[in-house]
Amino acid sequence: MAEMVPGETAVISGFSDDEISVKLLEMGFLPGTAIRFNFTAPLGDPVCVSVSGLDLSLRISEASSITILN
Amino acid sequence: MVEKRLIRIALAGKPNSGKSSLFNQLTGLNQKIGNFPGVTVDKRTGICNLDDHQRAEIIDLPGIYSLYPRTLDEKIVAEILADKNNRHYPDVVVLVADATNLNNCLLLLTQLIDLKLPTILALNMMDQAAKSGQSIDILELAASLDVPVVMINARSGQGVIELKETLREAHRPSTKTIFQLDKEIRKVVTTIKERFQLSTDYEAYQFLQQTENLVFLTEEERNYIREEAKANEFFPHKYQGAETVMRYGFIQDLLNKVILKTSDPEWKKFSYRIDKVLTHKVWGYLIFFAVLFLIFQSIFAWAQIPMDFIDQSFTLLSNMVDENLPDGPLFDLISQGVIPGIGGIIIFVPQIAILFACISILEESGYMARVVFLMDKIMRKFGLSGKSVVPLISGLACAIPAIMATRTIDNWKERLITIFVTPFMSCSARLPVFTILVALIIPENKIFGFFNFQGLVLMGLYILGFLAALLSAMALKLLIKTSERSYLIMELPTYRRPRWANVGYTILEKTKAFVFEAGKIILAISIILWVLASYGPGLNMNEARLRVQTEVASENLTEDQIQDRVAAYKLEHSYAGIIGKSIEPIIKPLGYDWKIGIALITSFAAREVFVGTVATIYSLGSSEDQVTIKTRLKSEINPETGGPRYTPAVGLSLLVFYTLAMQCMSTLAIVKRETKGWKWPALQLAYMTALAYLSAFMVYQILA
Repeated sequence: MAEMVPGETAVISGFSDDEISVKLLEMGFLPGTAIRFNFTAPLGDPVCVSVSGLDLSLRISEASSITILN
Repeated sequence: MVEKRLIRIALAGKPNSGKSSLFNQLTGLNQKIGNFPGVTVDKRTGICNLDDHQRAEIIDLPGIYSLYPRTLDEKIVAEILADKNNRHYPDVVVLVADATNLNNCLLLLTQLIDLKLPTILALNMMDQAAKSGQSIDILELAASLDVPVVMINARSGQGVIELKETLREAHRPSTKTIFQLDKEIRKVVTTIKERFQLSTDYEAYQFLQQTENLVFLTEEERNYIREEAKANEFFPHKYQGAETVMRYGFIQDLLNKVILKTSDPEWKKFSYRIDKVLTHKVWGYLIFFAVLFLIFQSIFAWAQIPMDFIDQSFTLLSNMVDENLPDGPLFDLISQGVIPGIGGIIIFVPQIAILFACISILEESGYMARVVFLMDKIMRKFGLSGKSVVPLISGLACAIPAIMATRTIDNWKERLITIFVTPFMSCSARLPVFTILVALIIPENKIFGFFNFQGLVLMGLYILGFLAALLSAMALKLLIKTSERSYLIMELPTYRRPRWANVGYTILEKTKAFVFEAGKIILAISIILWVLASYGPGLNMNEARLRVQTEVASENLTEDQIQDRVAAYKLEHSYAGIIGKSIEPIIKPLGYDWKIGIALITSFAAREVFVGTVATIYSLGSSEDQVTIKTRLKSEINPETGGPRYTPAVGLSLLVFYTLAMQCMSTLAIVKRETKGWKWPALQLAYMTALAYLSAFMVYQILA
């Protein structure tokens, strides 16, 4: 999801990193769920996203392990 | 009648679900903060009267999203809930859920149901949910999960009576099983279940998943589980992911059934608008620095009045006791050792209370998560995390609560670095030393007409401490190797008004932790130091007095002046004085003499003791009046040069030394506890002392 721009919404298709994926899954980042990229921190990292009604901060490295369909 | 056994209730739920508010509602002031045995996790327990006959012990578990832990704090939850023999194993669990975000909160609930723990679902923030237009079929929710559901408002206390009623009734586990084991692992799970005589499959599954985290297992038992897991190709990550997806599948179906009308995200609009400002590239940082400035201001300016009051009260008390008790070593110990020792602890209470009031307000409102968000990238450059900001700021008041605040940092390396560098932040104990030395050696000139030169130097010392923290962190980042990955998957909660009662409880909790944790060490050391400074080999009060009287016979002194001379003479010939003299060769290159050496030694318990020691050694009695001390220090002559002892070079060298040195026994004790061993506190002491010594040495050699 590294290519997403603020305000964009996409659907999660999977993860490229096993270790992070278990933590992301627990927070509700499920394949098939909509994810919205809200905004980035002033220095470009981390980013704020919304998924299943929750606003979360992710570091770029974590966000880019999420693969999306759009 | 016989009182029934205390029933044990555990509160569980994700962070920001209102768990702490509910805990405060249920227990009021009947709460106790302690530690879980063997681990450094805050244990919040309290007693709640369910009715006239039945009381319950409530334990507030750390906020978690699921049984799988991410931070040190979270490990304790699985440890308690998967161990029937645990002292805290609950009779019933209250799962506090945020009704505006059920999806996320139910994950843990489904795990509790599978552990067959009697559970009650407390739906919190129903008012918010209603405002957002959401409506939930509570009866259907309770029936589908086979779990009692109670609606509460933890902020206002609504629904707490109904919750207590539900808690009084008999509890039974839900009859549902949500997680169906994969065929491939059924065999290994059954083996474990039989070997440990567990009642549920899910417990056995947790034994396999969290073998390393469950400390109640013996090493032998763990090896057994590891081997079984290996033989049966049980890969924790793989199954954990599958389990989560499956649970969310169940939750989604359930929510489709019970949520009659979904919420309208409009209600969050206000929060988004605040975020636009608070995380703005310019405004975001400006506001953060303004908030920091306000915290500074409140610690230093507003705390001064109660601090002066405490100081005066204890001096008064000490003098009163001194006058009213007969002479004798035991009474001297009370009036000169114990009472000032306690005073030395209590004096920091206003600053600590104010600092934690500020931090707790920022946390309650949701702003702290944004500070982490703003600062994470910068802090990571130094091997720290966005979450290190709070401990570093707290370090400005006192390193002890600051180090305890590092428990929220998930990554061990980031947490360790934060613990290691926090004592560099100039704490309030350094301030009295700074003020007197700066006033002594820095002229009161103004630069460009309005910058006070002394103020600038003082600020420079704070910056020096901060830079030392950052640079040391950077060095440690390179030195400490770890395979553990660091994360920042953190919820940004919706902004809300702080609940003042929660702020009050936090202040109480942190202040108590400081007074009792640090207090006993400070008190013990100050008593030891008092003994060292009052007794010496062959030192005898009458003899001291006689000698001084003959020495000063020609000087025509008043009784008070003679008293002060006697005190100075005693200190010089005490054990502390002897140690001070014997370290003179070591500290000479920094520009110090044995008198300063004594002050350095007595500062080991607490830095601010410097001022009192200097006052005694220069025969100023117990006067801690700044002007008196300053005048006396100014006139002190260095016998080798014939010039003043406190030249700018010596003064600056001392300032740098006090900024960088680890002169706080309580901090070391806390670091030992938090890092579970003497290795890190020993390294910290060696590193900080060496850095302080070298820096002070350079300052003195360059300037002198």
